Amino acid sequence: MAELQRTRAAGAGAAGRVVVYALLVAFALYYLMPLFVMVTTSLKTLDDIRAGNLLALPGQVTFDAWSRAWSGACTGVRCEGLRVNFWNSVSFVLPAVLISTLIGAFNGYVLTMWRFRGSDVMFTMLLLGCFIPFQVVLLPMAQTLGYLGIANSIAGLVFVHVVYGLAFTTLFFRNFYVSLPDGMVKAARVDGAGFFTIFWRIILPISPPIIVVCVIWQFTQIWNDFLFGVVFSSGERQPITVALNNLVNTSTGVKEYNVDMAAAIIAGLPTLLVYVVAGKYFMRGLTAGAVKG
Amino acid sequence: MSSATSAGAASVPAHSWRQAVENALPRIVLGPTLLCALVFIYGFIAWTAWLSFTESRLLPRYELAGLVQYITLFENDRWWIAVRNLAIFGSLFMGVCLALGLLLAILLDQRIRAEGFLRAIYLYPMALSFIVTGTAWRWILNPGLGAQQLVRQMGFENFTFDWIVTPGMSIYAVVIAGAWQSTGFVMALFLAGLRGVDDAVIKSAQVDGAGPVRIYTSIIIPSLRPVFFSALIILAHIAIKSFDLVMALTGGGPGYSSDVPATFMYTFAFNRNQIGLGAASAMMMMLTIVAVLVPMIYAETGRHRRG
Amino acid sequence: MKNRVAGVLSLALAAACAAPALAGEVEVLHWWTSGGEAKSVGELKKILESKGDKWKDFAVAGGGGETAMTVLKSRVVSGKPPTAAQVKGPGIQEWAREGVLANLDDVAKAGKWDSLLPPVVSNVMKYQGHYVAVPVNVHRVNWMWVNPEVFKKAGARIPTTWEEFATEAEKIKKAGFIAVAHGGQPWQDATVFETVALGVGGAEWYKKAFVELDPKALNSPQMEKAFSTLRVVQKYIDKDAANRDWNLATAMVINGKAAMQFMGDWAKGEFTAARKVPGKDYICAPAPGNKGAYTFNIDSFIMFSQKDASAKSAQAHLAAAIMEPQFQEVFNLNKGSIPVRLGMKMDKFDQCAKDSAADFVATSKSGALVPSWAHEMAMPPANKGAMFDVVTGFMNTPSMTPRAAAEKMAAAGKK
Repeated sequence: MAELQRTRAAGAGAAGRVVVYALLVAFALYYLMPLFVMVTTSLKTLDDIRAGNLLALPGQVTFDAWSRAWSGACTGVRCEGLRVNFWNSVSFVLPAVLISTLIGAFNGYVLTMWRFRGSDVMFTMLLLGCFIPFQVVLLPMAQTLGYLGIANSIAGLVFVHVVYGLAFTTLFFRNFYVSLPDGMVKAARVDGAGFFTIFWRIILPISPPIIVVCVIWQFTQIWNDFLFGVVFSSGERQPITVALNNLVNTSTGVKEYNVDMAAAIIAGLPTLLVYVVAGKYFMRGLTAGAVKG
Repeated sequence: MSSATSAGAASVPAHSWRQAVENALPRIVLGPTLLCALVFIYGFIAWTAWLSFTESRLLPRYELAGLVQYITLFENDRWWIAVRNLAIFGSLFMGVCLALGLLLAILLDQRIRAEGFLRAIYLYPMALSFIVTGTAWRWILNPGLGAQQLVRQMGFENFTFDWIVTPGMSIYAVVIAGAWQSTGFVMALFLAGLRGVDDAVIKSAQVDGAGPVRIYTSIIIPSLRPVFFSALIILAHIAIKSFDLVMALTGGGPGYSSDVPATFMYTFAFNRNQIGLGAASAMMMMLTIVAVLVPMIYAETGRHRRG
Repeated sequence: MKNRVAGVLSLALAAACAAPALAGEVEVLHWWTSGGEAKSVGELKKILESKGDKWKDFAVAGGGGETAMTVLKSRVVSGKPPTAAQVKGPGIQEWAREGVLANLDDVAKAGKWDSLLPPVVSNVMKYQGHYVAVPVNVHRVNWMWVNPEVFKKAGARIPTTWEEFATEAEKIKKAGFIAVAHGGQPWQDATVFETVALGVGGAEWYKKAFVELDPKALNSPQMEKAFSTLRVVQKYIDKDAANRDWNLATAMVINGKAAMQFMGDWAKGEFTAARKVPGKDYICAPAPGNKGAYTFNIDSFIMFSQKDASAKSAQAHLAAAIMEPQFQEVFNLNKGSIPVRLGMKMDKFDQCAKDSAADFVATSKSGALVPSWAHEMAMPPANKGAMFDVVTGFMNTPSMTPRAAAEKMAAAGKK
């Protein structure tokens, strides 16, 4: 509601409003362009693509490319499209997101409400961990997964994503909890409530905004990951980004741009949906404190 | 353990071990994460550091060989081009994202109709990886197929937009696509920050007769300092690690003119069987990160403790 | 290391011999995902399945196998290598040195590989005298793919020397066509340069420079001439070539936008897919100055030592199947290359492949059969990469002189 009171800035004249809207719309068009190109191309026939230019609308709309991308396109000796890989991705993204979010919530809770000597240093260490280039960890991680006996498995992929997601999830929750008043936790402790009681009864119920932010972030990161996916999985278990890469880099004489584009949209659809459906909550979560670092 | 912790000294012995467990719980909960960080971040960094002092080629070897990899690295033209590109890309990318993100946030904060809709449009690129959008971007930036051809077809015969195929310019084309992806997120951060600005302060400034521009430059924007920090850290993180972006758009080309340290490291360690050299370049990357970020993070957590 | 290889190998063999009919699973890492290539792999799969083994496809596309190599390294480090992986040239020796490869001597003996393979090929497949890899095919790299229509329209003749090339290309450019179809990716730049260098400097010098990495040969007048000729070729490439895939460049020749392309014979697959007939719709000719010389690019699979007996037996089946005439024929018909096995019947192959096969034998006798360094046949990946940087740097830096480039080549050749 706050914004209603703000007749600030260009609110002055009608001319000002026109400029504001014009700018906003212009930027919106710019942001939409790649998506527009992808969608229209995926609906065109190959002849249509060759004849028209980038922004031309499809002459006749066809969903052939979509069905081929989903269940018929070939890479190597398999011609199953992206279907199998889509479900592969679902099967490791969901556990990885949930586990890393849960651990992150506990970590954030400890780092703010149960500080101990050295906990700030630990947090800084963890924060720096966000910045490690992932290319660096491929080989030692492969070796570790081999030792643990989960190389080349869904469990291994989940493990890797949880490990390298922890820094971010902890950061999110810590920054959210740090902005909460200390009072209520202190009071609960005086009343004799324990560590987990306070977490389940007091902290978790007020956490949904940040949980949404964290889940969206993690889901996007892990779903879109290519590097870990290609290195730590194989064959039929490859995630969708790897399958998409295989598909796009596969050219059978004529490059089927429409199938490539349809496949790309299919691969991006879940994250797009999450952003569109939960975008409002994402903003709310950010407003609620994730920003206040 | 119980002696180290505190308070519960007066409790009954039967409860004292429970008390001890309860007191140790925060550490126990944080333990696995700490262990992961120690092994999978700092352990692996140490491993990489070690390899950077060896002659490892195809697979890791552990016999030390001195500074030879660093010397080779510093003598390599391609490395310096990668470093220069990161400087260009990093500063432009962060600058554009911050400026554009702030502008969009301010515009959206003017009681805009369909705000949610517009916001979703600015935010959606963040949801897609360049594995997904790379092909479309390559089309758009390609002079023969994309924007240049489009504008020429509209009648501007001499229009040229061929950065992506021009050595020395391709890194700027990468900035365009990079900013497209990340600005929306920065916008969201700023918008969240704007919504948190206290209205009373603005009201009183208005009463004092301050104009809108004045209010923004001297009251609102300075109060967004923490947001700038968060945004900068996130953007720096994206810039230094940008790998998919460059691979999908230019593959480091033309030639290696748009190489960045992340692609350099990957190419040498994995495609050219020079793991030692790749490790040395990775160490240089991480040193840069530490040099840039530790002061920033320190300033931020320090500020927090004071607040 | 040697002992370890030998030990593992003898064990592997003992097992393979003891239970030859044991059915197992093979996991094959490759990046043959495009049309004709994928069909060829499918053929291999069929043969193995007919022997009762299970085929586990492990395709990682992109960048000429660059991603696949990253994956392979992590798999080996994690202790779970695939059965076989697509690795070639000196890379085979590097992997063998790590002591992770299987000994294929028994399969080779049973299949008489020593008599079927020319020594140039079998030497690359062996490490310390033992077979560790299986060759699949021979590609000829120094081809020139020509659209005769375009030449006719421009009134130009097909050049046989680089001097002729300059005059003919000029005619084509004047007639409004793109003379040379090219994609500005480092490996394509290197492919053209290698062909130019062989044409300008001859096979003897080529071997000294790119196989022996002799600094005198690398920094020589021949090298300078090669670079200055590359500058001339570059004049006839269109501006939008940056990061263009090779097959899109081939398409430009097919649909008459461009007159010629310098590319290996995998380009033929594109012509075939477009239903073009060699000799009529397109012509395959040796690149200027390359008549009587042959740059080869041999694809091969290295085999990793396996632990359990069924995997070993399946691996032996795989190795044997790759060298069988049936597979060699079908695979190479699909892929555009020629069989690596000598003495095969070539009557199902087209004229380009027949020429290639004849030249392969002839040049192996004349000494003009040389490995393609742009395709990882001649030198370790580190040197190859450094030379790629020089060539592609030269292409993208108009101010770089042939003199300076030659000096950089000598530096890149340092071991």
